[in-house]
Amino acid sequence: MSSSVPAYGPDAPGRLAALADVTASDAALRRFLHGLPGVDAVGLEARAAGLGTRSIKTTAKAYAIDLAISMIDLTTLEGADTFGKVRALCAKGLRPDPTDPGTPHVAAICVYPDMVATAREALGEGSGINVASVATAFPAGRTALPVKLADTADAVAAGADEIDMVIDRGAFLSGRYMEVFEEIRAVKQACVRADGTVAHLKVIFENGELATYDNIRRCSWLAMLAGADFIKTSTGKVAVNATPPNTLLMLEAVRDFRDAVGVQVGVKPAGGIRTSKDAIKYLVMVNETLGDDWLSPEWFRFGASSLLNDLLMQRQKLSTGRYSGPDYVTVD
Amino acid sequence: MANNLFPYAPAPESRAIVDLAPSYGLFIDGEFADAADGTVFKTVSPATEEVLAEVARAGEADVDRAVRAARRAFPGWAALPGAERGKYLFRIARILQERARELAVLETLDNGKPIRETRDVDLPLVAAHFFYYAGWADKLGYAGFGPAPRPLGVAGQVIPWNFPLLMLAWKIAPALATGNTVVLKPAETTPLSALFFADVCRQAGLPRGVVNILPGYGDAGAALVAHEGVDKVAFTGSTEVGRAIARSVAGTGKKVTLELGGKAANIVFDDAPIDQAVEGIVNGIFFNQGHVCCAGSRLLVQESVQDELLESLKRRMGQLRVGDPLDKNTDIGAINSAEQLARITALAEAGEAEGARRWSPACELPSAGYWFAPTLFTGVTQAHRVAREEIFGPVLSVLTFRTPAEAVEKANNTPYGLSAGIWTEKGSRILSMANKLRAGVVWANTFNKFDPTSPFGGYKESGYGREGGRHGLEAYLDV
Repeated sequence: MSSSVPAYGPDAPGRLAALADVTASDAALRRFLHGLPGVDAVGLEARAAGLGTRSIKTTAKAYAIDLAISMIDLTTLEGADTFGKVRALCAKGLRPDPTDPGTPHVAAICVYPDMVATAREALGEGSGINVASVATAFPAGRTALPVKLADTADAVAAGADEIDMVIDRGAFLSGRYMEVFEEIRAVKQACVRADGTVAHLKVIFENGELATYDNIRRCSWLAMLAGADFIKTSTGKVAVNATPPNTLLMLEAVRDFRDAVGVQVGVKPAGGIRTSKDAIKYLVMVNETLGDDWLSPEWFRFGASSLLNDLLMQRQKLSTGRYSGPDYVTVD
Repeated sequence: MANNLFPYAPAPESRAIVDLAPSYGLFIDGEFADAADGTVFKTVSPATEEVLAEVARAGEADVDRAVRAARRAFPGWAALPGAERGKYLFRIARILQERARELAVLETLDNGKPIRETRDVDLPLVAAHFFYYAGWADKLGYAGFGPAPRPLGVAGQVIPWNFPLLMLAWKIAPALATGNTVVLKPAETTPLSALFFADVCRQAGLPRGVVNILPGYGDAGAALVAHEGVDKVAFTGSTEVGRAIARSVAGTGKKVTLELGGKAANIVFDDAPIDQAVEGIVNGIFFNQGHVCCAGSRLLVQESVQDELLESLKRRMGQLRVGDPLDKNTDIGAINSAEQLARITALAEAGEAEGARRWSPACELPSAGYWFAPTLFTGVTQAHRVAREEIFGPVLSVLTFRTPAEAVEKANNTPYGLSAGIWTEKGSRILSMANKLRAGVVWANTFNKFDPTSPFGGYKESGYGREGGRHGLEAYLDV
């Protein structure tokens, strides 16, 4: 698989161009997406549940906890967000456990576009932590395309390293695949900075609204064909967010996409992952579905907020042998 | 696919929960006793070859004693109101649940199958069987066999080593629910869980003689099925022994059910859900090391998706974890005995010699114990032995087909007919295939799923009679 290239590199567009006939027309795209193998819901859920019974202990657990911390997009997406709250979150992301400098930092701080500049400033230069911004009228995405593009460009201009866009679920569910495809392409264009570099693009499906596994597989391919650097399960704002089966399905999709096209795409489950036990189950799925190539923050992320503190408590437990408690990790 | 970054640390289930005695007796008339001639045999852990315990070996005299005990117990047991028998069965089911972890570890030790399976499959199904038939005990008049169907008498039951406790449950639960008493012989390589079950019966206060357990070899089994005090014979095991049993009971009034071998076809169409089909194939043949009579040992794949499917299957097989059965992350445990290992090895060698291509993922096998790597044969035709004979091990033979008719023809072209699998997203094709396949169980978009409410049994050389469900009652009733 050494011949594969990252989705966000200079070589990916060339690889995608090889599939131009698939995306040449609405009809061609529909035929392609509907020609993908179906998903048997019972079997998919059984496999995800089966992987969830892996018993990860001692050294493996320590590795998984540190890896999970380093993969977190530490998120605050509230109407009540303030500059102070965002600065506090950045401090937490930089030094998750102030009592142990050996604790890895998180992958990114994920905020609304108007908080990007604050986060950028709070993290400073060379922190190794990215600023991710949701955009395109997150979470519903129900606004006109020019507004979505302006939202994106604004976040990029403010210093966002990564853009988490939402797709138009209405267009997808009514079968207007080309519209979704073109919108993702347009947002990717809006991620281009003045100096020609590009913010990484994560495409959020809102699996809970796509509802069927067949839709999730089709949406995965559609987003990857359109140039997504990451595919992301959900906004965290609806009833069903990331689940082990819907994430497993997306892991299988990025695997198949790399096999077919030679482009590697990342995966980000978001929403509802709150415990170390849950996070480790996701890492087991990555490990046994994709292997080493995806076991890094570059290719797998957790969109989460409360997860971090549970990981820190488990980390302290592993090193001290005792459970501490919520007052021994910081609350921000 | 590289897997170096995230190796799983050992996660062994503790065996401290099992209190193994150095020796065990026969369970006759509510008491543990030595064999009449004092013979014993050793039972070993197939994963380590460690001797687990010494067990009394039943002979003809012991069979006679046990059958007499069961005969004595029969009138009282049969006369109990169904609701009373149901109470005992419910009690047994609950005790099995309470002791599930202990019995799972014991089964893994004695059989070699992974703890993940004994914990998540065997023990839950064992308890479910007793719960299910407990519910029937007071409703037999409504089962469709007349208003007051009568039991047969004493059931002589001989079970195999692949699912020791589960096969015991399949046999004993319906027998007791219908008012029969039981003499059961577990397999010689896996006697321990049946003996622990005897203790469960005592704990439940089951009347003496209703359940008798006779660990032993084939001679004890033969004596049991031939005993004139036995009214009903139930056997699960090889077709060869099944034939001998059918001969021995021919002309007697004994009612017989035989659940024998299989060479199931798992049929994958080009519109199958590929990822789930791969899981189903893996579960079909590598579940329980392939020691499953209904294992999907022949993969019939439509030629147009062969390459894609086999590539996915090989990648998936590379993720199977073979090793210590007590490790909670082990997927494939030990082969049950040296004898079985020799049989699997010989058949796999025959496959190679006949020109099929053999493939196994890289995997390190433990040095002690009996082990066989998960194995795939491609380029197999109907003429190969690996496509015809039951291997009863983790060996999958891959054949191809072009049309649904060819798939049916190849799937049915076997002396067996226990189970089959169909993988397609097209519902109408599932129904049409299921009608044409000569197999007792047909799974659609799944494989190796068991449930006490579902009847199970075969066509042709896979045996006769059904176990499980309402149908399973019939074998133990005088109808």
